[in-house]
Amino acid sequence: MNTEKRKQLKSSQESEPNLKGTLISVSVLGVVILVTWFGVLMLYLSR
Amino acid sequence: MHLHKYEKYWLGLGIIGLIAFLLILGFGAFYLGTHPQSHGELIDPENLEMNEAFHEENLGLTKVDEGRYVLNVVASAFNYNLGTDESGAPISHIEIPAGSKVLVQATSPDVVHGLNFAGTNINMMVEPGYVSALEVQLDNPGEYTLVCNEYCGVGHHMMFGTMEVVE
Amino acid sequence: METATAPAKQSNVFRNKGTMELRLSKNERRLVMSYMYVAFISLFIGGLMGLLQVLVRSGNFELPWGINYYTILTVHGVILGLVLTTFFIIGFQNALMGKTVGYSKKQLNWAWIGFAVMTIGMIIAAITILVGKANVLYTFYAPLQAHPAFYIGITLVVVGSWINAFVNFRQFYMWKKKHPDEKSPLLAFMVVINMLMWLIATLGVATAMLVQFIPWSLGYKNTINVLLSRTLFWYFGHPLVYFWLLPAYMAWYAIIPKIIGGKIFSDTLARFSFILFLFFSIPVGLHHQLTEPGLDSTWKFIQVILTFMVVIPSLMTAFSMFATFEITGRKKGYGGLFGWLKHLPWSDVRFLAPFIGMLAFIPGGAGGIVNASYQINTLVHNTIWVTGHFHLTAATTVVLTFFGIAYWLIPHLTGRKLTKSVNRLGIIQTILWTVGMLIMSISMHIQGLIGGPRRSAYSDYGGTAQATEWGAYQMAQAVGGTILFIAIVLMVYIFVKMIFFSPKGEEEFPIAQEEDNAEPTPRWTENWKLWIAITLVLILFAYTVPIMDVIQNAPPGSAPFDWPIGNS
Ligand SMILES: [Cu+2]
Ligand SMILES: [Cu+2]
Repeated sequence: MNTEKRKQLKSSQESEPNLKGTLISVSVLGVVILVTWFGVLMLYLSR
Repeated sequence: MHLHKYEKYWLGLGIIGLIAFLLILGFGAFYLGTHPQSHGELIDPENLEMNEAFHEENLGLTKVDEGRYVLNVVASAFNYNLGTDESGAPISHIEIPAGSKVLVQATSPDVVHGLNFAGTNINMMVEPGYVSALEVQLDNPGEYTLVCNEYCGVGHHMMFGTMEVVE
Repeated sequence: METATAPAKQSNVFRNKGTMELRLSKNERRLVMSYMYVAFISLFIGGLMGLLQVLVRSGNFELPWGINYYTILTVHGVILGLVLTTFFIIGFQNALMGKTVGYSKKQLNWAWIGFAVMTIGMIIAAITILVGKANVLYTFYAPLQAHPAFYIGITLVVVGSWINAFVNFRQFYMWKKKHPDEKSPLLAFMVVINMLMWLIATLGVATAMLVQFIPWSLGYKNTINVLLSRTLFWYFGHPLVYFWLLPAYMAWYAIIPKIIGGKIFSDTLARFSFILFLFFSIPVGLHHQLTEPGLDSTWKFIQVILTFMVVIPSLMTAFSMFATFEITGRKKGYGGLFGWLKHLPWSDVRFLAPFIGMLAFIPGGAGGIVNASYQINTLVHNTIWVTGHFHLTAATTVVLTFFGIAYWLIPHLTGRKLTKSVNRLGIIQTILWTVGMLIMSISMHIQGLIGGPRRSAYSDYGGTAQATEWGAYQMAQAVGGTILFIAIVLMVYIFVKMIFFSPKGEEEFPIAQEEDNAEPTPRWTENWKLWIAITLVLILFAYTVPIMDVIQNAPPGSAPFDWPIGNS
């Protein structure tokens, strides 16, 4: 990768909006899915 | 198409999670054999006698070996036929020792029914023309209600029985 | 070739951003309002049936005049699952098309014909159900046999919706022809995707109706292939739920940002997620048939995998929503990790109702993944867990978003204002709905996990301990259902108030725009031939073998049964 391209890439990353809150919010959503799914799996296996 | 860095993380993890779910399900199904019932045998709904399992004398619970049972059921609107006792009265309650393996076989001479021993993993659709079959191990003692959980007509909620898994 | 110097035609991105907005003509407004009237009358009737159901299932109430529980259940399912949804959606989508690409006179006439055919079919089916000749619930349940008028009515509803679909396709095509180098308006693009999916999916029910149910119910055919009818139904039944969901997503992607004072997060991503929905909504119907005896386990599992694919565009949507909120909040100067939550217009019902709908989709989606999970489905199949599930997804996520749309769409159509007092009532309505649904849906989920069956009138099942436990949850459902009915009455009151009693004025039709420096949308997003081809290939892949198997290895067909549903 040449330096100019790298520079371009860097500047495009800098211009990315700050989405930390979004990342945390969707992570919570992911945890809900995981907990639900494994909970029901455990119930299935226990029967 | 440009994806935000975090969106890449999120979608990447999400897809990995979904694949993990599928691997667990696939391992259970294809390696341990916990498929839901499939590959039903065919039967003529107007001539259930063509299959020995559904001869009147073979209905209900039969012990076939130590710890192994077969339960043959004819589900019809609006009743489960679990055979008759010595006095000729219809059976609506069965008892199975805990730890037994039971093969449940069911069919319908009329419409679609469900067959669910609530609280167990025995849950099948029963459809005219097919023999529904599922083998399960019953480890947890207790009383389980047999309910029709697929709509079959105005008496749908009147189709029930009980199974006791005894210590 | 350098993109920057290339003429517009050869560029691989569209140059234009945003959507120019048209004014809805009087006739267009009247058309959309006609759909809304049917939708809200359906809401009231269907809601009343729901109230009666939860009361019967509490064990303390009997239906008067010998009305059958299953008649009420059929009315509830058909009128809310098919009539309310389809009429609201097509009405709303017609408004979107009028606003973004416009109608010619001829197109509008055809749209009216579509409405008339749908309404006639709906009335025929409704009467047949109400006189007790079609207690077959809305999944048809062959070999239970309803009166032929029921099947004919349903078929007409579908045909009417097709007329509308073709009008929408035509509008879109003509717009593209006039604007060859512009990208289509985002909302029009989404409508076309949804109607394409609907058209392809309803081919399943239409085939079942025309080839199986209608000739069989008229006596031209003696028997019916039950499993084939079920497989054709579910080929349609799963995309049906996405047909409900996608209009809600349209509002989330392209209308909510405007309401909160923000911009569209990413035009390309929104389009891409809709394309994925088109691909993966249809070849997945077997996940509703996992516990059926006549289908092969391998093909069931393949469709489970495809079902999991359709989760991905919803994951994308979740990210886009949060990102829209966060970016908008940060731009308004709210810092910190969750500071952006503070800027959201909580007291604006046009936002609050859809937002709660979004939240409901978190447990709703999680439950949906459980339902589709192959052998785990045995744990919940046909239990009331499933009913709890779709009362979160359809009756909360979709319906609250539709209400959120109605608060501005109806005043816009009737030339009135959304007043403060209506807004306040709307917020109370939203809270009532949320509370009622929480109580009802949670108790349904739990009762389902301990084995309680769905689609059942009250029964003590011979007095087992389990049935007693179920009874307690059914009491809770009666409480939740009653609160929901109060919310429905309030909604109907709001509807009437918005049409007849609000002050005259011009209510905004909120359509969000893109950021000025937004990334341009690539041209490949409108490669329609490819999208349709991939959709069809996936369907052929997923369904050819199972359907051939069902036909070739069929048991003797089933004679009709009319007595079990009291239709003899
Ligand atoms: Cu039943
Ligand atoms: Cu589905």
